[in-house]
Amino acid sequence: MAAHVAVRQRPRRLRLGSWVLPAYAHLVIVWLFAPIIVMIIFAFNDTHGKFNIQWVGFTTRWFAHPFTIQSLTQAVYTSLLSATIAMVIATILGTMIALACHRYAFRGRAVLDSVLVMNIAASEVVIGSALLTLFIAFNVPLGFLTIVFAQVMFSIPFVAVTVRARLAGFDPALEEAAQDLGASPFQTFFLVTLPIILPGVLAAALLAMAICLDDYVITSFVAGNTETFPLWVYGATRLGVPPQVNVIGTFIFIGGVLISLMFAVARTVANRRVEREAAQA
Amino acid sequence: MQATAVKPRSAEGRKPALRVRVARAATPYLLIFPGAGWLALFFVLPLVFLAITSLESGDFITGYTFDMNFGNYSYGINLYAAQFAHSIEFGGLATLAALVIAYPAAYWIAFHAGPRKAAYLLIVLLPFFVSFVIRTISWETLLSDYGPLLGPLKNVRVLPSDFRVLATPAAVSFGLAYTFFPYMMLPIYASLEKIDRRLVESAEDLYSNRVEVFRHVIFPLSLPGVFAGVLLTGIPALADFINQDFLGGVGTTMVGRVIQQQFEVNTNYPLASALAFVFMVGLLAMLLLYQRFFGTKELISD
Repeated sequence: MAAHVAVRQRPRRLRLGSWVLPAYAHLVIVWLFAPIIVMIIFAFNDTHGKFNIQWVGFTTRWFAHPFTIQSLTQAVYTSLLSATIAMVIATILGTMIALACHRYAFRGRAVLDSVLVMNIAASEVVIGSALLTLFIAFNVPLGFLTIVFAQVMFSIPFVAVTVRARLAGFDPALEEAAQDLGASPFQTFFLVTLPIILPGVLAAALLAMAICLDDYVITSFVAGNTETFPLWVYGATRLGVPPQVNVIGTFIFIGGVLISLMFAVARTVANRRVEREAAQA
Repeated sequence: MQATAVKPRSAEGRKPALRVRVARAATPYLLIFPGAGWLALFFVLPLVFLAITSLESGDFITGYTFDMNFGNYSYGINLYAAQFAHSIEFGGLATLAALVIAYPAAYWIAFHAGPRKAAYLLIVLLPFFVSFVIRTISWETLLSDYGPLLGPLKNVRVLPSDFRVLATPAAVSFGLAYTFFPYMMLPIYASLEKIDRRLVESAEDLYSNRVEVFRHVIFPLSLPGVFAGVLLTGIPALADFINQDFLGGVGTTMVGRVIQQQFEVNTNYPLASALAFVFMVGLLAMLLLYQRFFGTKELISD
């Protein structure tokens, strides 16, 4: 027994992981949050000129009037609308692809996989300019509709991949049981499959929404004169970015934090329930 | 007796009616049709048009004609050789920086963060909820010549007053590394997380110290994730133009910027398409290489 303990403890003499690694990991987190902290601090800056770069003094007045710039508010609205539509379409189409890939072996699946990988890995400049050449060739007027076309396109692969990861742990016997008990394919899907993969589908929908709201490059190629929030902010940099942008950015960040916390809590509760049921059984 | 009575029915069950078999064979195609169709129409077809446009000649006023004008490629590559070099240099530096920053952090979270693993992973990803454009502008504010970081250091004369971070290759590279950090972090974390802990334990039981365990067990097993991260970070970083726009200067222009300008300002579509298609060919080459060694699993699962 003593010999065994000695053996197990031997590697511990070389403990690089004791403080260097955790310190490094926490430094990385500081680096990741640095621009976010700057954004939030400058949302409270009492600036009077056009540029919100130098710290002047503390104020909360930008939070009292975040939507006073009409074109900015319009751009936020456009962003939310296009991202919501794109999210719904992409989530449905992406989930269908994930289901097909999980359950069936079919001809052309390798091609589909390659297209998904290429779409995720390709540079946005390439995708955006390629889409633009297509729209130019067919004289498609650029605007809200072309933005939605593009956003659905680049969200589908992320949804398919996310839902597929969730499906990997899915027991097909559950579906077979439902069908043996006389459920139709639709009943099986809505009563058995969907409730089980729902966390994955919701996570995928959120991811799609986030990347649509965030996208600048592809959207800028196909937007024409329509402005989304990132496009408005980019255009504003030449004249000076108003503090309202920092305020809206802060709202977006807080929204993201809240949604992730909700997910984390829901998962913890679900895990506890599973453990409790396992303990009872 | 009962068994023989059941037998014909189950034999029939093994071979369902033609209608059912056709329906079953068609199901996967019906499921993928809308999504795959959307991708074909708005992703694959545009790439074909990009290739066609890159071989055209003409201009916005007189119109463009397709005449297999390969000259766009040689002209573009020669004219923008410096910008291509910048793309490779800054994109490469950014990928290296992201790898050096992400790997130890991912390793620590996967192996030593214990029950707080999920929380740490979430924290690492939280900043990316904020728009990419705003994040980059914030870096510009933070690193500006008299900004919150350099201003105080210059006031107490730790730094000379003409010291700059902005408009340097380092600023652009670190901006790119920051922007595409999740694409490096997530595949590396996923491959580390998947490693069977019993392998680590048995290496320790066989008298390996931590460095040896890392070198001979953990690092080789994490390589698919590392290469996936390098691919997913490097490809978008090479072509990005936002970071270079905010954090770079006149001397750091990358090809992404040139492509965007040629499309939106100069309307030289054939030249811009040729430059963009060079990237597409590079991407395809790297993906094929990756697929040969590792398959597509690491790129699209987890």
